[in-house]
Amino acid sequence: MPAVTTFTIPYLQVLDEHGRLDAKKDPRPSREVALRLYHGMVRAREVDDRLLKLQRQGRIGTFAPTTGQEASSCAPALNLTDRDWLVVSFREAPAQLMRGIPLFRIFLYNAGFEEGNEVPEGSRTLPLAVIVASQALHAVGIGQAMNLRGEKDAAVLVFLGDGGTSQGDFYEAINLAGVWQVPVVFVIQNNQWAISTPLARQTRAETLAQKAVAAGIPGIRVDGNDALAMFRATREALDRARSGGGPTVIEAVTYRMRMHTTADDPKRYRDEAEVEAWKAKDPIPRFRGYLEKRGWWDAAREEALVSEVRKEIDDSVKEFEAEAERLLREHPDASFDHLYAVPPAALKAQREEFLRRVRGEA
Amino acid sequence: MAKRNMVEALNLALRQEMERDPSVIVLGQDVGINGGVFRVTDGLHARFGGDRVLDTPLVESGILGSAMGMAIGGLKPVAEIQFDGFTFNAMAQLEGNVSRYRSRSRGRWTVPLVLRFPYGGGVRALEHHSEAREALYALPGVKVVIPSGPRNARSLLVAAIRDPDPVVFLEPKRSYRAFKEEVPDEEEVGVIGQAQVVRPGTDVTVVSWGAMMRPVLEAVENLAGEASVEVVDLLTLHPMDVATIATSVRKTGRLVVVQEGYRAFGPSSEVVAAVLDEVFWDLEAPIQRVTGYDVVTPYFARESLYLPDSARVQQAIRKTLNP
Ligand SMILES: Cc1ncc(C[n+]2csc(CCOP(=O)(O)OP(=O)(O)O)c2C)c(N)n1
Ligand SMILES: [Mg+2]
Repeated sequence: MPAVTTFTIPYLQVLDEHGRLDAKKDPRPSREVALRLYHGMVRAREVDDRLLKLQRQGRIGTFAPTTGQEASSCAPALNLTDRDWLVVSFREAPAQLMRGIPLFRIFLYNAGFEEGNEVPEGSRTLPLAVIVASQALHAVGIGQAMNLRGEKDAAVLVFLGDGGTSQGDFYEAINLAGVWQVPVVFVIQNNQWAISTPLARQTRAETLAQKAVAAGIPGIRVDGNDALAMFRATREALDRARSGGGPTVIEAVTYRMRMHTTADDPKRYRDEAEVEAWKAKDPIPRFRGYLEKRGWWDAAREEALVSEVRKEIDDSVKEFEAEAERLLREHPDASFDHLYAVPPAALKAQREEFLRRVRGEA
Repeated sequence: MAKRNMVEALNLALRQEMERDPSVIVLGQDVGINGGVFRVTDGLHARFGGDRVLDTPLVESGILGSAMGMAIGGLKPVAEIQFDGFTFNAMAQLEGNVSRYRSRSRGRWTVPLVLRFPYGGGVRALEHHSEAREALYALPGVKVVIPSGPRNARSLLVAAIRDPDPVVFLEPKRSYRAFKEEVPDEEEVGVIGQAQVVRPGTDVTVVSWGAMMRPVLEAVENLAGEASVEVVDLLTLHPMDVATIATSVRKTGRLVVVQEGYRAFGPSSEVVAAVLDEVFWDLEAPIQRVTGYDVVTPYFARESLYLPDSARVQQAIRKTLNP
């Protein structure tokens, strides 16, 4: 039978796991941009380590670690302009930080405070989405609002996981994205696992990028632990989106180095050897090697960076704990805020009763 | 008899029903090798294999929709949704199909499935992991069951699996490991649709269910000597056992209803309306409700301030006694 259609999925890798550079594909970031990216990745790794410690000490709750996914989270976010939108899922603290979400808010969120979701005024960033893949549709809607309002030169970047690609919301989102030709870039963090479900039991498809084919939009697979490849792929996709070229699906092949969340025990379902094998592909030393070869980095700078970041984290933890204590004391009724533009009378009465009670007046 | 917590009791029910009836299968996210995120299905995959314990991709609508198909196709699926907040992704299937298939097919095709999931707060979890939205599942054609302890959890899950109709089975996650009870190895089958008077009393009736039974019983304990309180554990929310509630209120003349979830349009509204319908002239004091507030489920840093506790229950009981 003749083929009606065939497809190919391109794969982009610039810097392989041994640090070998494919010079033809090098996006050649400026020194300043490359160092910002590296800073973001190292900072995210240090933050993850600290979150884990804070969790073990009972100072925050359960959280979703990001170690191993710094390149695929930071590089896309680095490519955003102030006019672009960022829509994240729950495992994207590196992108949130890269985008300028204050660090103490990340701590506050993980300590169970609604205020941790606050986005700085003027930042086109949504609070993180816990309902897997639901955010993909919101990104499409923002993109379509841009289309309908004639807003040019801006795009939407949305993240989701490999597990998320099984959800109806994801299929609906890419389908709408194709039909409406929205300026949206989907980054799928294919970290191989959705809690205990490995990719092979999530889908029979050989790649996640090829799901884009069914929606009639471009799909590309990228080495997600290669910062240069992620930088290049997302820059190209965002440029295309901003100039009216429509949506793109980027599958970032990476790995969840730690537990799903701190409530999870991966020993129940995955082999430590697999984790060890992925350690060799760690995105941070790989990118550092590139910086060193370009003469932009050395041991002294590394040391200075790490101590600077740790100092910042120490300060943010203090800031977060002071803020947490203040919020509990001064603002126990936060859940009554921001429910409606104008609070209904019944709710005001409930809030007063609540406050009298928690202040011991009732 | 063996002491078991609720997780172990539910696990026992699943294991024994799967042994007894080869058409019973389990499906859901991470229910297989991982044994479920709360370990309710622990060991079932090893015991019964991947054809009876199905790890699904991340698809809530798929879990419930395909479970309905399996039920029509001759199996008895027990479908797990990982957390309360994600059941809403399956709601279109519950409302649009599962609840009404017996009716739509005029009795030809029935849907004997169980949709079970952990619900409620108190475990310091993320957003969408602490919701108590019981009333939303109370659709015509669906039964809504909520156990309160290991023993009734086990017997009611067995009953739910054997029930010819779809049963939504909410498990109070903060009671999962909070306490143990004697749960016999021998078969015990609960009765769906029947509330239980768990403490007899004469002065006031307290109606509650699920995770709220613990603060209720604690409050009653604290009031011993001050008030004789009759406590009714609903166990099945829908269809509601109005007769048991009405009999109790007819005797005591006073009613307190305790509900974890937000106040508006919750099961407590239904309890109050039913009592007003049945025993209005026997009431001696205004009815009291202890409920959550009409807000988005609070994140965990402050959730304990918002969750009904024994102090609030005590206060409500006193208020009905001294109106
Ligand atoms: C709709 C929905 N169902 C279930 C969950 C519970 N849950 C949280 S994360 C997760 C796995 C997500 O896997 P993936 O999309 O690959 O993202 P990853 O965790 O690997 O970052 C599940 C099942 C959820 N948050 N949302
Ligand atoms: Mg994943």
